[in-house]
Amino acid sequence: MEPFWAVIVGVLFAAAVYMLLRRHLAKLAIGLILLSNAANLLILSAPGLVRGRPDFVPEGAQVLGPGHADPLPQALILTAIVIGFGVLAFFLALMRRVFLEVSDLDVEMLKE
Amino acid sequence: MIDLLLFLPITVPLATALLSVIVRDRARTSAFVGVVGAGVLLVVNLVLLVRVQDLGILVARPGNWDAPFGITLVADYLSAAMLAITGLIGLAVSVYALTDTAERYRHKNFFALFHFLLMGVCGAFLAGDLFNLYVWFEVMLISSFVLLTLDRSREQLVGAVQYVTINLVSSVIFLAGLGLLYGNTGTLNMADLAQKLTLSEDAMLILSSSVFFLIAFGIKAGLFPLFFWLPGSYHTPPIAVAALFSGLLTKVGVYALIRSFTLIFTQDQGLTGLLLPAIAGATMVAGVLGAVAQSDIRKILSFHIISQIGYMIMGLALMTPLALAGSIFYLIHHIVVKTNLFLIAGMIARAGRGFHLSKLGGLLNAKPYLALLFLIPAFSLAGIPPLSGFFSKFIIIRAGLETGDIALVVTALVVGVLTLISMTKIWQEAFWKAQPEHDEDDQPKKSVGVAQWVPVAALAVITVIIGIAAEPVMNFAETAATQLLDPAAYIAAVLGGQP
Repeated sequence: MEPFWAVIVGVLFAAAVYMLLRRHLAKLAIGLILLSNAANLLILSAPGLVRGRPDFVPEGAQVLGPGHADPLPQALILTAIVIGFGVLAFFLALMRRVFLEVSDLDVEMLKE
Repeated sequence: MIDLLLFLPITVPLATALLSVIVRDRARTSAFVGVVGAGVLLVVNLVLLVRVQDLGILVARPGNWDAPFGITLVADYLSAAMLAITGLIGLAVSVYALTDTAERYRHKNFFALFHFLLMGVCGAFLAGDLFNLYVWFEVMLISSFVLLTLDRSREQLVGAVQYVTINLVSSVIFLAGLGLLYGNTGTLNMADLAQKLTLSEDAMLILSSSVFFLIAFGIKAGLFPLFFWLPGSYHTPPIAVAALFSGLLTKVGVYALIRSFTLIFTQDQGLTGLLLPAIAGATMVAGVLGAVAQSDIRKILSFHIISQIGYMIMGLALMTPLALAGSIFYLIHHIVVKTNLFLIAGMIARAGRGFHLSKLGGLLNAKPYLALLFLIPAFSLAGIPPLSGFFSKFIIIRAGLETGDIALVVTALVVGVLTLISMTKIWQEAFWKAQPEHDEDDQPKKSVGVAQWVPVAALAVITVIIGIAAEPVMNFAETAATQLLDPAAYIAAVLGGQP
């Protein structure tokens, strides 16, 4: 599983960087969205993926058996998704303001 | 009790911010809440500083989950010093902002955002694990995004696009780095990571993750060649906001660099040994040369932030006790002086006509006390004895001589002289030359409020005191550096057990 996800993460990062280098603010925003999702998937897959073994302590046992899925990366991603969502929402609102103010979304306007 | 004390630097700004939201429609009450909250934060952080000096490294575990499983808040000498200085800047800027924001009270949420930002900064200084550091960084950044675009002018929006984009990219790099590190070590607690990575034979793992952190924090700190966002955005917000940013935000990046390269990536001297000195030198030179070409006071000062960051990183790069002590001394000195210079720039702009040097002049006769107040931090920034800047530069340069990094020492000295030239330029244009003719559409002169004089004078006095009483500050910085270079005590305090 991991090699597959490694490729997916790599492709997402590459696509994100490509979009970040475009000249249009909307494309920049797409790049940022891809970038934050790439990082989230990286966190999910870096510790290794375990299928169908949720970390519940089996009935009668005191501790977890070996080989269960690690819940922490998922908790981290949940936080990271929320933060990323907030920041991206701000970025989109900012983009709209820029468009209303400048009537142009080409990055050329950043030069003033 | 100790536990509670460690939570207060986070909860006090949070409570203040929430209260400011409630009273936002009443201008006077909101301002009162904002200033009192900042005052309480300063007191709390000073108490914490004293307690850390008495009791050593303080650790709190919210929810009583033992490290490395739960969240840990840690205050050592460096954290405590940074917190105290954050409290000081918070109070000074909030008082100053009374004049600046009183005129445009559509900034109803100013004090709420201001305190959310302080909460993020304080949280970052206290965080004991990497993910919490990330979360506090984001709290700080999101507040700064909104503060940066308060007026929604074209200039601010354009600056904010750069600022938001680069900071988002830097956060993602940080997140990716900590994800990979967690994947390989199974921990995010910094003390635990330090222990595990010391035992680790996997040089590739250490090298790759340290580069992630170097780039992520390097962007936030404004290191060469990742600093272009800073002069592109810091001149746009209201001056009180710019002063707060210039004092605190990049320095959180420097703090994170110092923390991660003294605690987590200690064994990786090969990379830091090669890269950091070069980056430090280039950062100093790029910042100071960039400033020469500018004629907006705020842009000149912004570029000088970058060159000063170079000195702090030089101390980190040399990695001797003396050099690190120099870095910490420099951090303390720089936050006070740089914030003060931005605040004074705001007063210059009110007494004259805006921030552009071509519009200014004749202020030496019009505002002699302002001229005096400008001279103190300006000389301090350039490193004239006996002000604080002299000692901070002196320590770092001496550490450079001891380790034989002559190229860096020469760079640091030349950059010091160039800084003086830049300060002289502001002095000559704004204070010495005659008042230029002005057009109809120039910004009118405004009066300078008492609320502006008081914090500026107080910060100037503190600069002088740090210079005169350099020895106690230096002793403190040396203890802090010793603590950083021997992480055993930090690890033992966080994880329990014997060092």
